[in-house]
Amino acid sequence: MSIFINNDTRLVVQGITGRDGSFHTRQMMEYGTQVVAGVTPGKGGQTFEGPDGTSVPIFNAMDEAVAHTGANTSVVYVPPAFAANAILEAVDSGVSLVVAITEGVPVLDMARAHAFARDNCVRILGPNCPGLLSPGQSKVGILPAQIVTEGPIGVVSRSGTLTYEAVFQLTSVGLGQTTCVGIGGDPLIGTNFIDCLEAFEADPETSAVVMIGEIGGTDEQEAAEFVKAKMSKPVVGFIAGQTAPPGRQMGHAGAIISGSAGTAEEKMKAFEDNGIAVAQRPADIVGLIQDALA
Amino acid sequence: MDIHEYQAKERFALEGIPVPPGQVATAPDQAEAIATEYGCAVMVKAQVHSGGRGKAGGVKYCNDPGEAREHASNILGMDINGLTVEKVLVTPAEDIEAEAYVGVLIDRKHQAATFMVSPDGGMDIEEVAASTPDRIRKLSVDPRYGLMPHQALWLANFLYDDPALIKQATKVVAQLYDSFVNSGASMTEINPLITTPAGEVKAIDAKMSIDENELFRRPDVAEMRDLSAEPSSETKAREAGLSYVKLDGSVGCCVNGAGLAMATMDLVKYYGGEPANFLDIGGSSNPDKVVSALEIITSDPNVKVILFNIFGGITRCDDVANGIVEATKRIDIKPPIVIRLTGTNEELGLQILEEAGFSAYTSMDDVVEKAVELAKG
Repeated sequence: MSIFINNDTRLVVQGITGRDGSFHTRQMMEYGTQVVAGVTPGKGGQTFEGPDGTSVPIFNAMDEAVAHTGANTSVVYVPPAFAANAILEAVDSGVSLVVAITEGVPVLDMARAHAFARDNCVRILGPNCPGLLSPGQSKVGILPAQIVTEGPIGVVSRSGTLTYEAVFQLTSVGLGQTTCVGIGGDPLIGTNFIDCLEAFEADPETSAVVMIGEIGGTDEQEAAEFVKAKMSKPVVGFIAGQTAPPGRQMGHAGAIISGSAGTAEEKMKAFEDNGIAVAQRPADIVGLIQDALA
Repeated sequence: MDIHEYQAKERFALEGIPVPPGQVATAPDQAEAIATEYGCAVMVKAQVHSGGRGKAGGVKYCNDPGEAREHASNILGMDINGLTVEKVLVTPAEDIEAEAYVGVLIDRKHQAATFMVSPDGGMDIEEVAASTPDRIRKLSVDPRYGLMPHQALWLANFLYDDPALIKQATKVVAQLYDSFVNSGASMTEINPLITTPAGEVKAIDAKMSIDENELFRRPDVAEMRDLSAEPSSETKAREAGLSYVKLDGSVGCCVNGAGLAMATMDLVKYYGGEPANFLDIGGSSNPDKVVSALEIITSDPNVKVILFNIFGGITRCDDVANGIVEATKRIDIKPPIVIRLTGTNEELGLQILEEAGFSAYTSMDDVVEKAVELAKG
């Protein structure tokens, strides 16, 4: 099992003809993801050449792509200026999950897109996220496939490469994953820690969860309370940004300590107070997971 | 991107928010001339991207142009929280009967622009929120409908009892929302929103931060960036497409990915060192980016060692290794470089580095420990 994506995921790639879109579409297809359509306005009727002689039909608009192919998930590689519109279009097209990879989407545009998605009961993952990967089943986004393996651990993180670090360490000791989810580094994201924890708790194949947070906001604190109140499965946590100065944005638009709120210290304390084992370094995550499963 | 008080007031004035007149001076003579022009008592206010300007002595009341000159001369060049004051705002001093607070920020939980208002202005709103939370009223604005007139009134009602003041404040609240949206802001505040003895409501201080992602479509706001208000290394990094924040330590860090970059800094601290910077080179292995990153890191005289931490995912390790080798050929680098390289095409990457004479590691802990040891010399 897995969360959010699986063998039944039928993916449409928005921005399939762009540099990133075309590269990652091939990577996803090589992994075995069912990429059933691409959308690039003005290029409808053309085909995208995938690996090993495969091809994917390109449509001008999302509604056509969904109508012709039965796609149920979309991934957005559209440049920031047009990404919010692409997300709105996807939400309106009948897919149930929209994975927004694009970094740099204006926050107020995303406020509107998230409200629209809630009204239509569509899940948005991201924006500014690496996507998600259910090993052995499907990959949507840009997570490197060679570092994952099938197994019982759920991974959820606000970061990209830091997630790779943790997943790679889990894989190297033989601890595979049900699903690895990057929820994104923006201030306004569609799927938060709690959404993922709830899904991992409900997934019978997942037996423990790694949660990787960072400075900024209070998503981790709320997630910690959720873990205590609602989760039976063990959760191991890590927070990046203990040395980050207040008031400065650390790369991710959402990684900023505002006033005294959103510090790493505060988040680590919330984890500890709610029964989440806290890794002091990324290298400690594996040991804590092994303890939790023992 | 933070903008100065005088710039935020310009944004406010565009929407009709009442702000006192004011002019910017970069020299004491100029401040004196502006004060003479106003012909009344003035305030001289440091224009830096930092709170606590008043406490630092950067905001002064001046009875006459001579005092304006004197205070401007003290404030210009002053250091406030590590930032040098390059400009002062000279503005007529206002008589104040009451002070309120009106702010808008992006609330992550409600995923919307959210108002915070309080009749207790003039102090840090975080303190008000902590000590007297009942003195704050909050409202999240649904992005589908915008701020509705009755909501603006509901916020203004919390600030005043006098109907004439409520009427003015209702207008200010609505105008502040427009200013927030039309500026592409991520935060703005009027603190204080004063009431004068004549019964006028005015914004005498202003703060605004702009969402960087909005700048591409708001050239008038983008122009407000004050390059003198940030270290030149940060300007250079931004122009090179790198994300960089200067810190005070001696271990220069160069990492791919923001989360891993923060975790690397934390690990430097864990092993007893201090990071010199945050730097995310992104997913690119373009040698030009690596050159820019190395130039920026080595421009910091505190840097004693340069630490690369690269996790090749989509990025290939051999590409990054070539980038590093190429970059070090192009520029002369004094501090030792230690490199951790793992992930896609790791073996090839390590081979390239070792042939070029670099110490390369595969474990993050090992390389950080080594870097800290070298920094301590």
